[in-house]
Amino acid sequence: MAAAEVPSEVPSEAQSDSLVRFENVSVVFDDGTRALDDMSFHVRRGETRILLGAAGSGKTVLLKTAMALNRVTSGKVFLFDEDVTRMPEARLFDVRSRIGMLFQESALFDSMTIAQNVAYPLLNQKAISMPREKMEPAVRDSLRFVELEQTMEKFPAELSGGMRRRAAIARAVVNKPPLLFYDSPTAGLDPITAHTIMALIIKERDVDATTALVVTHRYQDGNLVANFRYNPDSGRLDPVMKVSGTNTIFMVLREGRLVFEGNQTDLEASTDPYITKFVKRPEKDAA
Amino acid sequence: MLASKSSAQGSVVRATKTVLDFLKGPILAIQDFYELTGRALANVIRKPHYMDDILLQMDTIGVGSLPIVILTGLFTGAVMGLEMGQSLQQYGQTGRTGTFVSIILVRELGPVLAAVMVAGRNASGIASELGSMKVTEQIDAMRALGTDPIQKLVKPRMIATAFMLPCLTVIDDFIGMFGGWVIAVLIFRLPTRQYWTLVWQALDWKDVVEGLMKPFIFSFAVSLLGCFYGLRTSGGTQGVGKATTQAMVAASVAIFILNLFIGIIFVRRG
Repeated sequence: MAAAEVPSEVPSEAQSDSLVRFENVSVVFDDGTRALDDMSFHVRRGETRILLGAAGSGKTVLLKTAMALNRVTSGKVFLFDEDVTRMPEARLFDVRSRIGMLFQESALFDSMTIAQNVAYPLLNQKAISMPREKMEPAVRDSLRFVELEQTMEKFPAELSGGMRRRAAIARAVVNKPPLLFYDSPTAGLDPITAHTIMALIIKERDVDATTALVVTHRYQDGNLVANFRYNPDSGRLDPVMKVSGTNTIFMVLREGRLVFEGNQTDLEASTDPYITKFVKRPEKDAA
Repeated sequence: MLASKSSAQGSVVRATKTVLDFLKGPILAIQDFYELTGRALANVIRKPHYMDDILLQMDTIGVGSLPIVILTGLFTGAVMGLEMGQSLQQYGQTGRTGTFVSIILVRELGPVLAAVMVAGRNASGIASELGSMKVTEQIDAMRALGTDPIQKLVKPRMIATAFMLPCLTVIDDFIGMFGGWVIAVLIFRLPTRQYWTLVWQALDWKDVVEGLMKPFIFSFAVSLLGCFYGLRTSGGTQGVGKATTQAMVAASVAIFILNLFIGIIFVRRG
């Protein structure tokens, strides 16, 4: 497997093409827990950010804060260069319509069929004005993308954990958002299903040229994203050539603080004991 | 002397701080509840209205509660008929059983009984449903996918309960009167015509208004407390169980407190 060529340095200042920007963001809960502590970073268009960290390090809080589902205690959050820190909920819906999110437990609505779940953003997001007759094909396309077209009339409870995760990906991408957040997409899945899910994330990135923030505690997930590309002809993942790269940046969180931000080479070269716990050598036959 | 005074002041400060810390949680909860209530009421006229959800909740809360309301109404009315008949027998006034059954049911027991039954069944049901959605991130998903959970989840439940609880109370009142009639006829050998005439004559418009106003007000306690505890659930399945219990207890207590205040208002107005 050829090592990917990734950006050698992370831009130090915000640029106009940044889709997500955190400026000294802290989130403190009512009980005094400091979930995020003075966090600053930005995600540029076309990048895939892999966010590593132990359980309780603030990964999910970061993602929910980025989605403006959590209110920040101090600092500022920008989405698509719009300050969403104190934005009213009604206005946030428009911003969020440009973001797809996969929740940790899939968060499919139990009372709806898979087709209704996938159609939900098309029906409820005011910013998406899709005619009703085009919704059914869009839902079908999205489910075909995750190879679950046959489950349209099933309920979430009738699907396996991996299938639910795939259905949730279909819901996240149905309106073709330019930015995607994945919260622990492989958590609790067996290695084969976890690979299938990561392959779908890579496929989505390469087919629709999306920007993504992927939260995970498994280094092999990040390694896969950084070093493989979806081949539309074979439908499989191919190792990336050095010249192309996958524009993947790694971030490591520890107790609400960002302790590493950089490319895979720098991550693997780190001697920080906390960081080295996450990093394993790239698996030769990951794909 | 100075040292002991300073120590006493320190103790007072510590005690005050402890009391304030203790009160902080309940005060914040009350503030959150009022905020939820305000937002839910403000959303009543705001689109979208989610009519499908309102009708579904009407079916769940109204039709679903019918058996329990009928059963409790029937037996409570029968017991009331029995006790009233026996008490009135001492004064030779058994014939007036219908009057007392009617007034007590319409003014007090019917609204409270129906509301407590609906609280037991639906406030807990709402809290567990919304609590499960909260801990499985479905509420967050809803917000992420462009829906206001208060508009989509709270408003339909509030409207459905506000509409169905007065209806259930009317049914409960009637079934209670029917239970009283069965006892009046079978035990006290009262003529049917006499019983129902007195039941009808005993009621004033004021009683009917009070009897319908109460369940309408109770409905907000039932639905909003159910939603409130459901939406603030934390801590997984254990948290869902806790929210369910809290919702039912809080709604039941709120019904009895509100009943007293509404009763005072109607008594004062004559």
